[in-house]
Amino acid sequence: MPAVVQLDEVHRIYESGDVPVHAVRGVTLTIGRGEFVAIMGASGSGKSTLMNLLGCLDRPTRGHYHLDGSDVSALDRNQLADIRNEKLGFVFQGFNLLARTTARENVELPMLYSRRHLSSRATHDQALKSLALVGLSDRADYFPSQLSGGQQQRVAIARALINDPQVLLADEPTGNLDSKTSVEIMGVFQQLNAQGITILMVTHELDIARYCQRNLIMRDGCVVSDVRVSARLTATEELRKLRAAEATAKLTA
Amino acid sequence: MRLLSTIKVALRALRRNALRSVLTALGIIIGVAAVIAMVSIGNGAKSQVESSIASLGQNIISVFPGNFTAGGVRGGFGTASTLTVEDALAIRNEVAGVVNLSPEMQDRAQILANGLNWNTRIQGEDISILDIRIWSVVEGAMFTEAEVRSAAKVCVIGKTVADQLFQGMDPIGQTLRIRNIPFKITGLLASKGFNYFGQDQDDTVIIPFTSHLKRLARRPFLNSIVIQATAPEQMARIQQDITDLLQQRRNGKEPDFTVRNQQELAEAATATTKTMTLLLGAIAGVSLVVGGIGIMNIMLVSVTERTREIGIRLAVGAHGSDVLLQFLTEAIVLSIMGGALGILLGIGSSQLISRLNNWPVLVSPTAVLGSFVFSAVIGVFFGFYPARKAAELDPIEALRYE
Ligand SMILES: Nc1ncnc2c1ncn2[C@@H]1O[C@H](COP(=O)(O)OP(=O)(O)O)[C@@H](O)[C@H]1O
Ligand SMILES: [Mg+2]
Repeated sequence: MPAVVQLDEVHRIYESGDVPVHAVRGVTLTIGRGEFVAIMGASGSGKSTLMNLLGCLDRPTRGHYHLDGSDVSALDRNQLADIRNEKLGFVFQGFNLLARTTARENVELPMLYSRRHLSSRATHDQALKSLALVGLSDRADYFPSQLSGGQQQRVAIARALINDPQVLLADEPTGNLDSKTSVEIMGVFQQLNAQGITILMVTHELDIARYCQRNLIMRDGCVVSDVRVSARLTATEELRKLRAAEATAKLTA
Repeated sequence: MRLLSTIKVALRALRRNALRSVLTALGIIIGVAAVIAMVSIGNGAKSQVESSIASLGQNIISVFPGNFTAGGVRGGFGTASTLTVEDALAIRNEVAGVVNLSPEMQDRAQILANGLNWNTRIQGEDISILDIRIWSVVEGAMFTEAEVRSAAKVCVIGKTVADQLFQGMDPIGQTLRIRNIPFKITGLLASKGFNYFGQDQDDTVIIPFTSHLKRLARRPFLNSIVIQATAPEQMARIQQDITDLLQQRRNGKEPDFTVRNQQELAEAATATTKTMTLLLGAIAGVSLVVGGIGIMNIMLVSVTERTREIGIRLAVGAHGSDVLLQFLTEAIVLSIMGGALGILLGIGSSQLISRLNNWPVLVSPTAVLGSFVFSAVIGVFFGFYPARKAAELDPIEALRYE
């Protein structure tokens, strides 16, 4: 399995406050193409900081980060923006969609800043294809306010996928969703992963992490555990069970 | 294309907040409208002054008695009584380049005719006054040179005098009594209307200056001498010659006369309107700057409000320059739109002012173009700071912004 993400003794120290905060302390990590990894840990353990580094939103204070074979730890602001645009896709806990902008236009957003110029027709088609991947073809012209939380998160995933990223990054993507919708979103991730997309996500929910292949646990800025998931859950199976349970609940009520 | 779509994004944001956009631009709209209206009114006044000064004649030099440049007690124009007909004749005979010359007497008197009376200005003039003032007689004829020489009791009257005393009757050949002396009316002057100082130029009776001196004046002194020179280039030289000549005729005594040319009078008159235009324009310009600050204020609010949006754009690959362009475009579109609306409003309101008050209004293309360009510059200037603030946001911070 060729490595798509390669971290080498990466540190991140925040100097902004009164005392420097050493949020990531020497993480060395390799993630292969097609992996589906969950990063877990207590609040304040440095998960988001690591995610921002992996997402090229931030630069390591020390150490090296090779993404898709090239060192991105010393790139400037604009070069990092281009990397984010071309090689990475983001899904956030708060969905972060533009309000009063349709689902399709939200999905098109990264293409607006892409270095390869597509016609508006092609951009359009690409966005619809991306929405189809997350099962939202019929909601292309809806505004975020007209969509449920799960649907909004699917739009965000479609947006993350539009430029064919090397890695899909998600920081607590199910943090704002109820448990059933969370399972649905994990279903979308599993389906995308099955098509070969590398996915890295942060979660603090143990059962959500069990839908992934590999679990990392962080504590005080270090990766303290790195295990394969033995009894992996599949979303389709879990959803079927959930629906059955609902049905019996209705019958007995 | 990245540039084009960024501009499209900016336009859409403005359209989405149409009411707010218009209110934001209101400062610029009012500022530009005020500049254009003020400058148009100022220009209208200036052109009116210029044309009324032109109607006073061209290449005119006037000599007044008294000297306001000399020390001691100063009386002002026309208070000393030392200018004589001999001075006038000397100028006509000895100064080269004098085309026309008229010794002037001025007085006010109650006049009687046709059983009615009227108080008006009595001017003693030479016949050449018509050429000097670009004036003409529309009915009857001007009195003749012979009548000037013989100090005949003849006159030409202005339209106002004719209307007041004859009320539609033909005044030609009628008799008019000035201080009980009968004058025969030989002609009716063409109407000239009001001059720059608001004086009715048709409310006058012109008689030969000789008649004025001999029959009406208490003292044999002129009120002024008006001279028309051949060409504008000659003016300075002729002015100097007249000064030298009069000085010589006074045997080196302190000068008791003042020589002025039309240009100086015109400049003095237009200077006030120029100052007025400048002042009005400057006040209006201040409101433009205030309008620009209004745009900056709203853009700053907008950047803060849309911090998350900016964070999202940066996260998915927008460069700082894309964000800068987006917000700068919004500011420039706001100010240009404000400028365009302001131009329409300014032209409209100056037309309305001209219609309502009967003021001459001259919409100046320079003011229109200038305020348009200025409003665009204001957009760039006041839009740049908020736009740069947006562009320099940290994507992580911006995404976390609530
Ligand atoms: N911008 C920042 N400036 C200073 N300290 C920060 C900043 N962001 C995070 N931290 C600190 O770094 C540590 C790790 O934070 P974070 O990566 O957000 O943890 P997690 O996502 O696992 O909850 C925390 O102690 C947090 O207070
Ligand atoms: Mg976090």
